Amino acid sequence: MLESAQGAAHGGPAAQSGATAQHSGGAGAAPVPLRDAGTAALPQAVEARDLSLVFQTADAPVTALTDVNLNIARGEFVSFIGPSGCGKTTLMRVIADLERPSSGSILVNGMSPEAARLARAYGYVFQAAALYPWRNVLKNVMLPLEVMGVPAAEREPRARAQLTQVGLEGFERKFPWQLSGGMQQRVSIARALAIEPQLLLMDEPFGALDEITRDHLNEQLLRLWERTRKTVIFVTHSISEAVFLSSRIVVMSPRPGRIIEIIDNTLPASGRTLDLRDSPRFAEVAHRVRLALRAGHSYE
Amino acid sequence: MGESAAAAITPARMASGARGVRGVLEHLGAQWPVGLVVALLLLVWYAAAVGLNAPQVSERLDNLGNPWGANELIAGTWNMERPVLPAPHQIAADFVSSLVDHEIDSPRNLLFHAGVTLTATLLGFGLGVALGVAIAVGVVHNRVLDRGLLPWIIASQTIPILAIAPMVVVVLGSLGYPALVSKAVISMYLCFFPVAIGMVKGLRSPDPLQLDLMRTYSAGASQVLGKLRLPAALPYLFASAKVAIATSLIGAIVGELPTGAQAGLGARLLQGSYFGQTVQIWSALVMASLLGVALVAAVGLVERATQRWMGARPA
Repeated sequence: MLESAQGAAHGGPAAQSGATAQHSGGAGAAPVPLRDAGTAALPQAVEARDLSLVFQTADAPVTALTDVNLNIARGEFVSFIGPSGCGKTTLMRVIADLERPSSGSILVNGMSPEAARLARAYGYVFQAAALYPWRNVLKNVMLPLEVMGVPAAEREPRARAQLTQVGLEGFERKFPWQLSGGMQQRVSIARALAIEPQLLLMDEPFGALDEITRDHLNEQLLRLWERTRKTVIFVTHSISEAVFLSSRIVVMSPRPGRIIEIIDNTLPASGRTLDLRDSPRFAEVAHRVRLALRAGHSYE
Repeated sequence: MGESAAAAITPARMASGARGVRGVLEHLGAQWPVGLVVALLLLVWYAAAVGLNAPQVSERLDNLGNPWGANELIAGTWNMERPVLPAPHQIAADFVSSLVDHEIDSPRNLLFHAGVTLTATLLGFGLGVALGVAIAVGVVHNRVLDRGLLPWIIASQTIPILAIAPMVVVVLGSLGYPALVSKAVISMYLCFFPVAIGMVKGLRSPDPLQLDLMRTYSAGASQVLGKLRLPAALPYLFASAKVAIATSLIGAIVGELPTGAQAGLGARLLQGSYFGQTVQIWSALVMASLLGVALVAAVGLVERATQRWMGARPA
């Protein structure tokens, strides 16, 4: 069902307005040939059109997402920001094929989310590190490689390389309980990077950490992104985190979950340091985000 | 907080480093409640032996015709050949004598019987754990089994094992299986249950994030089982296994009752009751309970070794 709905939405560059809505559930949709990867430009990292998701709960259906239209180009760092219940995590989970949309279409790297998941196109970092406590750091990072059938001889060097990326060399033999919360989350980032995905999905990865650790990890993440230019989608409810990290900020609002505004970050694309956060330009972008959040009437 | 914890560790470590008479005394000092309970138990036991055996002893003393007092009565109740309740020292003497005075392969040696029962217990335990884990894996992965199988499993445990055991012995015996197999099957019947229940809980114990993680890897059900569910279920398996190995021993002993077996702790118990050898019954019971304690302790040792291997935080 998802496949045909996605086929119907294909063709032409995706617009961010919902004007050309195609609410075809897939049943009567005419087949449209899939984009030819050889002749066309590389597909967008994410193309969502008129995406809605309704959860059927015991008492009443809950609209988690409605009319979401969003394009994310390759190499972008996009943050989803909004108060609790605005659907930012749900949208991320739809991209990761952990939830199925009720209507609308979504493509990840030009494929359905399911195909992208099966193709192992993305790495996912959760709110908690979700390390397996019976595996040491090295073996936790090797887990996705084992699952995906990477030859045994390749696993360890690849895992070690990613641990170096996040500054954890020397901790390979430690078990999760021996690490601080910040270090655990860095292991989980290394684990997401181990499969070398082009797309990194991060769901409030630093939400549970203290501000000092969070600042440090923000800067490390930014350096990592500048080095690798992977597409990063980052869910947060911290304005300064969103402004500091992102090239674009998607402001969302609850009841029902929807996109209020998409703000282009005017700060320089690379070489950002923590000091930048005290500058008037930073304050200006942060102010725009705050205004958009307020426009969503989300503070009742 | 971390600093104060570290400060607290240092003196403790120094004390344990300076092991000596004082350390041993302190260790014993911590054990005094155990000693107190044992002492009380022995006191009650000796008193009960007097009370329960007194009618027979007084009758016999009367028959002898000599005048007798409380001393003769008490001494008599504690040293009868076939008492209603033997005194602890009689059981201890019989227990030790069976180990010391007879060869290890003699049917008069309790270790011989314990060995026979142990073989059936371990075989039944192995089968029971395998069956319990298999059932749990099926229940967790299959909705039909989840709904359809569990009621039957619970119903199976409401049937008294004493009713089932003779039928198992007869059926398996007529199929030509040795007595060891029917004893092990009865053991298995008792001990798969706690394993199945514990493992269903354990296989479902991974939190949603850990499961979502596997989904983002597009892991198959067998990979989720092998790399996440089974390791996460191991603590539950060991908790269940401690219960299961004790019930497995009971199953093996019960299985020896209707077989007319000549060897095994169950057979020893049965012979004791045929011939009114109450001391022999009690020393076999002592052997059975020691065996049970040893088996549960052995599971505990394996558990601890596994925890260490899996990097668990030291308790």
